Amino acid sequence: MAKSIKLRAKSKKGIVTVKALMNHPMETGLRKDKKTGKLIAAHHIQQVTAKADDKTVLDAVWGGAISKNPYLSFKYSGGKGGSITLFWADNKGKSDSVMGKVK
Amino acid sequence: MNRRTLLKSSLAASAVAVAVSAGLMTPVQVLAAYPKAAFEAKDSATALSSALGSGSYEHSDGIKIKAPDIAENGSVVPVTISTALADVESITLLSESNASPLVASFKLDGSQAYVSTRIKMGKTGNVVAVVKSAGKLFANKKEVKVTIGGCGG
Repeated sequence: MAKSIKLRAKSKKGIVTVKALMNHPMETGLRKDKKTGKLIAAHHIQQVTAKADDKTVLDAVWGGAISKNPYLSFKYSGGKGGSITLFWADNKGKSDSVMGKVK
Repeated sequence: MNRRTLLKSSLAASAVAVAVSAGLMTPVQVLAAYPKAAFEAKDSATALSSALGSGSYEHSDGIKIKAPDIAENGSVVPVTISTALADVESITLLSESNASPLVASFKLDGSQAYVSTRIKMGKTGNVVAVVKSAGKLFANKKEVKVTIGGCGG
């Protein structure tokens, strides 16, 4: 799968701000297909984990109510040069992760 | 639980079991203990108690919710939660008017008490941020008016 995550991490005064954009349809399972009138099956990210230098800093569970192509931003204490890894898994068993450097 | 939801949930459970046995999902991804019941709960109190173990919380003005007063498009509502409370363990986000109110739950481990994301809102309602701080639950809410819903349709 092509990389589905765009990640940017910047450190300022000891606090790293991470901004991430993921590519995902985020179907709630409640929406109907306009042509067939049938429900579109739920397909959304369930788990998002962020690790900074192998230490988990954020562990999130998501429902279908997060917008399509999710945006996520969070902060943690850390300096420049560290690594940050973001991982997601959806309800269909797909997952992706990306690693970035803190600038 | 009525018959309909019982059927639904047992169907979903078996679907997961099939997927696991077919090797579609590795155990690592399943293990995350996804609180499915919490996300399917139809009211905030049930959702909260099954996600966090308690449905009651204290109001706190120390939690800041940054969200638009009026969201033109309910399918993309930017929400930012930050708080000055100490020892924040988790931030849970709910949209009270959604069919299933629980939006997301962020477990923070040594990170700053700040989360920003975009959520879907079915119609006008409160965005509730529940913060677990030192074992206790605190919450604040903000009303967002939605002109075009983002759920169903």
